[in-house]
Amino acid sequence: MITKRIIPCLDVKDGMVVKGVNFKKLRDIASPVELACHYNDSGADELVFYDVAASVAGRKIFTDILSETASRVFIPLTVGGGINSPDDFERVLKCGADKVSVNTGAIKNPGLIAEAARIFGSQCVVLSVDVKLEGGRYYIFTAAGHVNTGLDALDYLKRGIDLGAGELVINSIDADGVKNGFDLPLLEKVCEFSTVPVIASGGAGSVRHFVDLLTGLPKVDAALAASVFHFGEISIGALKSELRANGVEVRL
Amino acid sequence: MIAIVDYKCGNLFSLSRSLSFIGAEAVVTGDAELIRKCDKIILPGVGAFEAAAGKLKESGLDGVVCAEAARGKPLLGICLGMQLLCRVSYEFGTHKGLDLIPGEIVDIGGLIPPGRGLKIPHMGWNRLSFPAGREKSALFKYTPEGSYVYFVHSFAAASCGEAVIATTEYGAELTAAIAGGNVYGVQFHPEKSGTVGLGILRAFCEL
Repeated sequence: MITKRIIPCLDVKDGMVVKGVNFKKLRDIASPVELACHYNDSGADELVFYDVAASVAGRKIFTDILSETASRVFIPLTVGGGINSPDDFERVLKCGADKVSVNTGAIKNPGLIAEAARIFGSQCVVLSVDVKLEGGRYYIFTAAGHVNTGLDALDYLKRGIDLGAGELVINSIDADGVKNGFDLPLLEKVCEFSTVPVIASGGAGSVRHFVDLLTGLPKVDAALAASVFHFGEISIGALKSELRANGVEVRL
Repeated sequence: MIAIVDYKCGNLFSLSRSLSFIGAEAVVTGDAELIRKCDKIILPGVGAFEAAAGKLKESGLDGVVCAEAARGKPLLGICLGMQLLCRVSYEFGTHKGLDLIPGEIVDIGGLIPPGRGLKIPHMGWNRLSFPAGREKSALFKYTPEGSYVYFVHSFAAASCGEAVIATTEYGAELTAAIAGGNVYGVQFHPEKSGTVGLGILRAFCEL
């Protein structure tokens, strides 16, 4: 049977890995290529590279890093950040990405999901959202969690699947950076309707959190985290052993 | 030298880099003469069967691939490239394949039991099993039973009979790899399957 996936996420800016705590304060961690190799060796199932650069020069550094990583690490790579058009898909796919994650680009233009799915296939199109609970409803946020788009998150995700998104990354702004565990109520809602893989993001602070997520919500396909891996608080090997001991099928 | 057949269908970056990584000499090419000069051929492919089969035919390389395979040159189809090696595909219609290996390409949805919440595409890491009572294929000489490889597909090869050299379990037993003589096909992506995948590519290089 297919395994649950553990996915480290590398936010890359100016050639370095950074990780925001509650999205606000960015700090440098390490060389993305070295970190990617380290995660590959320690059993990561997939890697996400997120381009947080805003400049044209930054984009070039990013794609160089991506090519170098894809020449040394032979597991699936998902790339996100600054994806607004099919040309942006092309730009990163050419450098070794397997899947491309769209966030703000799809909010501005939902047609992007359908167009990219048609050209590159649904399996290539990952819809990534930042979600926050306000007044009892889940909303899609942008601008690093600062701006409420007013879009109902669950409706938006359903529409995204209909348009051809092949996978969903659900990042909970409420849970992100707080390390109190994944946002299980939100994820449960998404799993109720999703016909495509669901990747949980935001809130991982301990091995227990991953176990609770993947045993409590068996329809979640993968768990994504950044800082707990970058800071060495959780080793992927030990995490996967613990998951297996708890009856979760993982690749060891 | 290995020819990675370039018929404008899919991304060949990772495949060519994975071959360089294991020290194999490979060239991404759509040139018939160069493909004839190489001693092994890899046929990649992603997307829909009909479009890929059409592009391969348009490029005129379908004949070259078949002729070289008939001369005994090792050929490896990957993912949709594997499906193209079969006789026919029923992906949105009926489309002819290269007919180098017995088998037909069918919707996974029709193979797995409903109501188990199994998502399609079958995407992610899954285990390889080798048919019992038969010698393991040379393609898997570095691959232990139960190794994990990376799959992404919505259609799968069926009715391959004895050509099946590996399967994987996803509600049903799905074909993971097929072979007939010097022609091999893998449904999964060896270039995305970590060290296990590199071992499979290495074994192909050593055929």
